[in-house]
Amino acid sequence: MILKPTPFHPRTSVLCESHAWRRWSGYLAASSYELSHEREYHSIRNAAALFDITPLYKYRVQGRDAARLLDRVVTRNVARTKVGDVLYTPWCDHRGKVLDDGTVARLGEQLFRLTSADPNLRWLEDCAHGLDVDIDDVSEQVAALALQGPTARAILMQLTDGGLEGLKFFRLTATSIRGMPVEISRTGYTGDLGFEIWMQAEHALAIWDALIEVGANYGMAPAGMFALDVARIEAGLMLIDVDYVSARKALIESQLSSPFELDLAWTVNTDKPSFVGKEALVAEQARGPAWQFVGVVVDWDSFERLYLAVGLAPRVPIPAWRMSVPIFSGGEQAGYATSGGWSPLLKKYIALAHLQSKWAAPGTSLEMELTVEHRRKRAIVTVVKKPFFNPARKRT
Amino acid sequence: MAAPYEAIVIGGGHNGLVCAAYLARAGKRVLVLEQRDRIGGAAVSEQLFPGFTFSVFSYVVSLLRPEIIRDLELPRHGLHVLPLESTLTPLPNGDYLAQWNDHDQNRRELARHSLRDAEAYDEFGRLMHLMSRAIKPILGMPPPDPASLLPRDLMGMGRLGKYFRDLGAERFHALHKLLTMSSADYLDEWFETEALKATKSASGIIGALLGPRSPGSAYVLLHHYMGELDGVFRAWGFAKGGNGSVSTAIAAAAMSFGATIRTNAPVSQVLIKNGRAVGVVLNDGEELRAPITISGADPRRTFMQFVGAQHLPNELVDGIRRFRFRGTSAKVNLALSEAPNFTCMPGVGAHLRGAISISPSVDYLERAYDDAKYGEFSRRPYMDIILPSMIDPGMAPPGQHVMSIFAQYAPYDLKGGWTDAKRAAFGDTVIDTLSEYAPNLKTSILHRQVITPPDIERMIGLTEGNIFQGELSLQQMFFLRPIPAWARYATPIEGLYQCGAGTHPGGGVMGASGRNAALTILGKMK
Repeated sequence: MILKPTPFHPRTSVLCESHAWRRWSGYLAASSYELSHEREYHSIRNAAALFDITPLYKYRVQGRDAARLLDRVVTRNVARTKVGDVLYTPWCDHRGKVLDDGTVARLGEQLFRLTSADPNLRWLEDCAHGLDVDIDDVSEQVAALALQGPTARAILMQLTDGGLEGLKFFRLTATSIRGMPVEISRTGYTGDLGFEIWMQAEHALAIWDALIEVGANYGMAPAGMFALDVARIEAGLMLIDVDYVSARKALIESQLSSPFELDLAWTVNTDKPSFVGKEALVAEQARGPAWQFVGVVVDWDSFERLYLAVGLAPRVPIPAWRMSVPIFSGGEQAGYATSGGWSPLLKKYIALAHLQSKWAAPGTSLEMELTVEHRRKRAIVTVVKKPFFNPARKRT
Repeated sequence: MAAPYEAIVIGGGHNGLVCAAYLARAGKRVLVLEQRDRIGGAAVSEQLFPGFTFSVFSYVVSLLRPEIIRDLELPRHGLHVLPLESTLTPLPNGDYLAQWNDHDQNRRELARHSLRDAEAYDEFGRLMHLMSRAIKPILGMPPPDPASLLPRDLMGMGRLGKYFRDLGAERFHALHKLLTMSSADYLDEWFETEALKATKSASGIIGALLGPRSPGSAYVLLHHYMGELDGVFRAWGFAKGGNGSVSTAIAAAAMSFGATIRTNAPVSQVLIKNGRAVGVVLNDGEELRAPITISGADPRRTFMQFVGAQHLPNELVDGIRRFRFRGTSAKVNLALSEAPNFTCMPGVGAHLRGAISISPSVDYLERAYDDAKYGEFSRRPYMDIILPSMIDPGMAPPGQHVMSIFAQYAPYDLKGGWTDAKRAAFGDTVIDTLSEYAPNLKTSILHRQVITPPDIERMIGLTEGNIFQGELSLQQMFFLRPIPAWARYATPIEGLYQCGAGTHPGGGVMGASGRNAALTILGKMK
């Protein structure tokens, strides 16, 4: 096969009744297993959904200077983490523009795992000059699953020999599933109670089978990228190549984004002695970002009116969309939305948007472009704070 | 009595035809004179063996300017460029390196050789994209001379200066490196896989007596990326029917605008009266007159043969004498009874629909150059191979194939001179080398044509067989092509212009010289 099957492919390919596959980092990834992604989405919020997230890039960073290297690369403070901590963090180029975002898990005093959306081996190696550290691309050796949703913990507690009960948000534990070693982190891309399970590729099928077997009693369903996309928009989580362009790929200045412009000010630790992009970020922090990444909610009445005007009932985007949609303030373009869709849970049409700072304050009323019966229209949208959905169970 | 023609174009190669088409499109009465029995110059398709059609000389479309495709409506006149989407580099150890058009497929293959290179590839591609965008506007303009104080040059330099300032530091620095480094050194900064560096650096040595380690060869890399830049036009690929289709499409466009094309009409000299070109004389003595004469031939033929040194200022004669041709590229065209079976990737597949490059390492290419440097042909030549019949089934009978092998180095000035025996020996060397990778090749050859630089010179009149009408090396580019004072298509002879690849921006079936020349002439005719 020209596209790589993940280690779970023998199982996922049988389950994928829709035959709707897409690419993810050169791997085959199911868009949905069933004909529609709706039940898969509701599994995330109602029971549990099982995602194959093996296509993430994974790097093992080990050695005396492992923490020092990661602190040189990412914007958050790695030195301060304890074994078992996981950090979500972006990293930047020397101009303070975001290259990628991912997680750093501290597996040992001198051992970390970095996950990323794009390949980063060369960047890590180039930043490691003069440091005593080994960097290995373990993307293919390590398989990964995400189990997300309210019953996720109960399922995993049936299968593991401890460590899950008290596992806090963004903490990781080493345990085993039916005797096979795994690391489980309380992390995910859905904004819900959820876990990610990291395992050696050779154990992938046995662990999948165990989860399917036990999960059946807890309403668990395997879920694809369509369902995940809806959940991650509700959670206000951005996606590379969709919501922002990596500084590695940007062809023009205006395609670049700083962490501040992506609502990631909280990840920028300017107290650290030095890291790539620090000078630019300190300067930007002082003057404030030109753009902000926010949520917008479509005003239902204005939306409905556009359809009523042509004699139709309103039609909401059930699969989320990924494209650039202009947002206006009267005659001026205030910014653009990059992901959006109907939230089946919130019963709202929501979107993630980049707005120039002067229009980005919560409560600001703007207009978003829509196409209704082949004609360009504008619906009223209101700026809101992300995330749109943030259940207490995510952290408790 | 008014002359029947307002302009005569010498040479029915693609640049001459492009120039004629633009002039005719502007309403001028144009005559094109081609010495051979067919138009096209180095872009011709011929049936050398019954049932097998060959792109005898140039064999891919890479740089044909999109504005020419648009302006002359070439698709309407029969041009169909088919994609050529991969490059396979077979390796002596039985492995291979493939470069695919699909990003994921390409990344996966590169990662097999080096994870770092797989990542560097995208960043390198991005920089080259930015750099070719930076260079592209320069191709479409007559080059300003930085040493000149003429208003047009000062304005041109002013535009260029602003342009370079606007490039920004990253791109300006990269451009400087590309202009000064060797392609091998430049690629060393990016990649570690030998076959990748070698295959990429090969585009820096094509048509030149330069090795991948010769300074200045890096710039030519850019030309390779420029074709990809206008990807929506599919300007990079294989012309259905062979490269002759490029010429016939341009000729059809020219004729649709009213141009006249005469074949079997070799020009012996440009007719000069009172220091002015007034027409041409054909080999058989026929005189044809027009107020404007445009030569699509290379600078040496144009000035030394058609005009004659006695009509020219000394510095031009000196400049032309110094202008380097030194053809180094040969062509081996084969009719095959079956597809080649490469040991590294057996069977018939997508890899045979792309290019196949014999460039396993930079050392391999540099050694091939070493032979040529001392007057020998390469004992282990660099080759760029395509199988046109895998892309366009009309090129050969069903199940059989044509193979186009571009081979380098075969220096024009071979020690002891080229003879039939030496030509045959070079052909054998090419086939022996390729047979190491595709063992069934030798037994499947039905017909073989070997074309050396002297053959190119004899057949289509390119001086010393240089495929670009003069090396595309930095000292012969931009305002230096062909010589500083006469780099804007005009000549010291009033009424005589140049439109061949020997002028800026140079060869590669771009057509830009022909178009720029036509636009310059039309500007003066107003």
